[in-house]
Amino acid sequence: MKILVVGGGTGGTIVANNLARRLSGEIRAGKVKITMLSASDKHMYQPGLLYVAFGQMMPDELYRDQASLLESSVDFHVDPVEQFELDKNQVKTKSGKVHMYDVLVIATGSRIVPEQIPGLAEGAETFYSEAGAVKMFKRLREFQGGKIAVVVGVPHKCPIAPVEVIFSLNDYFKARGIREKVTIKYHYPIGRIHTIKEVATWAKPEFDRMGIEYETLFNVKEVDVKNKVVKSEEDTEYAYDLLIAIPPHRGMEVIEKNGLGEGGWIPTDRHKLTLNGHDNVYVVGDTTNLPVSKTGSAAHFEAEVISENISSIVKIGTPVRDYDGKVYCFIETGHDSATYAMFNYQNPPNLKPPSKPMHWFKMSYNKMYWTSVRGLL
Amino acid sequence: MSETKLVDARDTFCPGPLMELITHMKQASVGDTIELLSTDEGSGADVPEWVNKVGHEMLSNEKIEGVWHIKVRKAK
Repeated sequence: MKILVVGGGTGGTIVANNLARRLSGEIRAGKVKITMLSASDKHMYQPGLLYVAFGQMMPDELYRDQASLLESSVDFHVDPVEQFELDKNQVKTKSGKVHMYDVLVIATGSRIVPEQIPGLAEGAETFYSEAGAVKMFKRLREFQGGKIAVVVGVPHKCPIAPVEVIFSLNDYFKARGIREKVTIKYHYPIGRIHTIKEVATWAKPEFDRMGIEYETLFNVKEVDVKNKVVKSEEDTEYAYDLLIAIPPHRGMEVIEKNGLGEGGWIPTDRHKLTLNGHDNVYVVGDTTNLPVSKTGSAAHFEAEVISENISSIVKIGTPVRDYDGKVYCFIETGHDSATYAMFNYQNPPNLKPPSKPMHWFKMSYNKMYWTSVRGLL
Repeated sequence: MSETKLVDARDTFCPGPLMELITHMKQASVGDTIELLSTDEGSGADVPEWVNKVGHEMLSNEKIEGVWHIKVRKAK
């Protein structure tokens, strides 16, 4: 059986490693072969970008060589897929090679698209790339006081990030002793300060305690870069000195070009994690159109289900698990405390009070990620 | 030609039904209709609040067997 994993981010890498371990006997016997095709020879720990933006992590800590993360039995190529030919069970790559498969796992991820909002790319700081995070830190470092606006595009990666950046800004300027010179205003697309009701209920008094201003029902329409004004689709506006954006994102261009899903999001069965109408094609992580968070955590739990099911299909001819929508999100509540939100399709999160040990756990996880992505944790 | 699209946001807490609707409204063309399905009790009020504030058109809003069926037409 030929298993082809397209994409080497969190989801794809965990699937490949987990399968390589579960199917080690079959691989040694020559009955199974796992191939991964990726656009990059590097693997980035994306959650680390928030720390880079606040000078708490250096960019080189975010990367490992992708080949070093994979089980030796995974046949890895830096050669991105350009054409998906699902009716022929094959893909074509940038180099022109054709790869046949029996089972395909699509894990191409998503990309930020600040350019979809006029003025946002030019006028806002973001922390969704190495260069962006470093630039944002330098802007914060030179900031001596004034009005900071935080705005949130839709849809966006990691729905907890907008709240985390607020806590981090508060602690960063407190540590510099100029918090009272800085106005922080948070703008959020829906009618409360976070999409998860329990997070909104918990965060609101925290924002009040920190002196954070907020405006809800604010969807960014455009940024007047010259006059430093951000405007909403709801016809309100705010004049800022420094603009920080959680940019909108969408699925990868190759998914859209191949007609696999509107916006680059592939229609996916929410329990089986297969591409609708194709039982031998699995979709993982940001690539799905599932109504779950686009986070490494969701990708991780989905990847475990996918690899367990592909493995069981090889061994007993049938999948054994359904994805229940599980997501576990750390929530950094400043530079020395954290909490978490865990939920699935049926059960909302039950937030615990922030604590220092939870922050230390998150800091530890920033290192343990490399074990996790190897499929060991 | 305008289209009608179904957005199934039942049993989701994050990003949640209204975020799902906003996402699909951004992808839609003016004149398109989106029907949102939601099991979030708050959707019956939250969604019309946003639709009215941003200036889209509420077509219908009803709860059937525990599921909100909310139809919205993109107006701008």
